[in-house]
Amino acid sequence: MEIDVIDRQIIQATQNGLPLVAEPYQAVAEQLGLSEQVVLQRMSAMQQQGVIRRIAAVPNHYKLGYRFNGMTVWDVDDVQVDCLGRKVAALAFVSHCYQRPRHLPDWPYNLFAMVHGKTEQDAERQVAMIAELLGAFVRSHDVLYSSKILKKTGLRIAG
Amino acid sequence: MSGNNAMDDVDKAIINRLQQGFPICSSPYRKVAEELGLGERDLLSRLQVLLSAGVLSRFGPMYHAEHMGGALTLAALKVPESRFDEVAEIVNAFPEVAHNYARNHVLNMWFVLATEKPEQVQGVIAGIERQTGLTVYNMPKITEYFVGLQLEA
Repeated sequence: MEIDVIDRQIIQATQNGLPLVAEPYQAVAEQLGLSEQVVLQRMSAMQQQGVIRRIAAVPNHYKLGYRFNGMTVWDVDDVQVDCLGRKVAALAFVSHCYQRPRHLPDWPYNLFAMVHGKTEQDAERQVAMIAELLGAFVRSHDVLYSSKILKKTGLRIAG
Repeated sequence: MSGNNAMDDVDKAIINRLQQGFPICSSPYRKVAEELGLGERDLLSRLQVLLSAGVLSRFGPMYHAEHMGGALTLAALKVPESRFDEVAEIVNAFPEVAHNYARNHVLNMWFVLATEKPEQVQGVIAGIERQTGLTVYNMPKITEYFVGLQLEA
C-alpha cells in the first residue's frame, strides 16, 4: 500500500503508542490538525491493508514470567523446508517461524522457530517436540536463549 | 500494582485482552473496559501502571514495515564480551533497530532492522559494520510460516 503524507503523520504520532486518554483517536487528530473521522478512517484502512498488523499491547516476556525465550534454529534440507516450516508453525507454542539464509560455514541453520517457557523444562519440552516433529530431516540444531532485552521499541519512521 | 509480582487477575485479563487487538472507534477504552467489566478510568490507570512498570513494552498500533513498502531483516553480530555494552549502545542508537536481544551463542547480539525502503537495509548494515568494526550476519526471511502467538499473563 502507498502511504501518503497524512498516513505518515498518523504513523509518526502513534508509533510510540496510542494516547492513554478516553478518546485517543481524537487526541491524535487534534495533535495533527485533522478530524477524528479522518484518523479513524485512515487507521481502519491501514489495518485492513496490513500496514497496521494490529493495535495491541506488547508484553515484556520476562515480566509475564516467560524467562526462557529460545530461538530454536534447525538445519534442514532446503527441499523439505517449506513443508517442515508449516508443520512447526502449526505447533501452538511457536510464536514465530521463518526460513532464513544460512551463513556457511559458521551458521548452517535455515529454519527458525521461537519458543517461550516459564521454566527451562517448559522450553526444553517445546524444543523436544519440534525435534520430534522434524525427525530425521534435522542435520543439526541449536537453541539461542535470550539473556537480555537490549532494545524493544518496534518500528520507527523518521520525522 | 506496585511491583512486578503484584499483578492481579484484573491486570492479567487486561494484558490478555489487549494483546488480541483494540478497536478503532471514538471511545475504544470504554468499549474494552465494558467487555472486561471494568470502569474506563480503571482500565486507563492500570494500563498506565503496566506501561510504566515495563510489564508492557508498548501499547498501540504495530506497523508492518513491508506493507508500508519498507523492509525488515534479522541480523546478528559476534561481539567480544569486553565490548558488549559499547556495541549495544552503537547498535541501539540506530533508529532502524526495532528490537535487540543478547543471546547465548558466539553470535551473541541479534537485532531486527526495519527500514522505510528496502534499499536502506544495506546502508544501515554498512553503518553498523563501520561503527562497530564487526561483521553483520544478515538473515532476511526467505519465507514466513507464522507470526503471532500471544503470551498468556
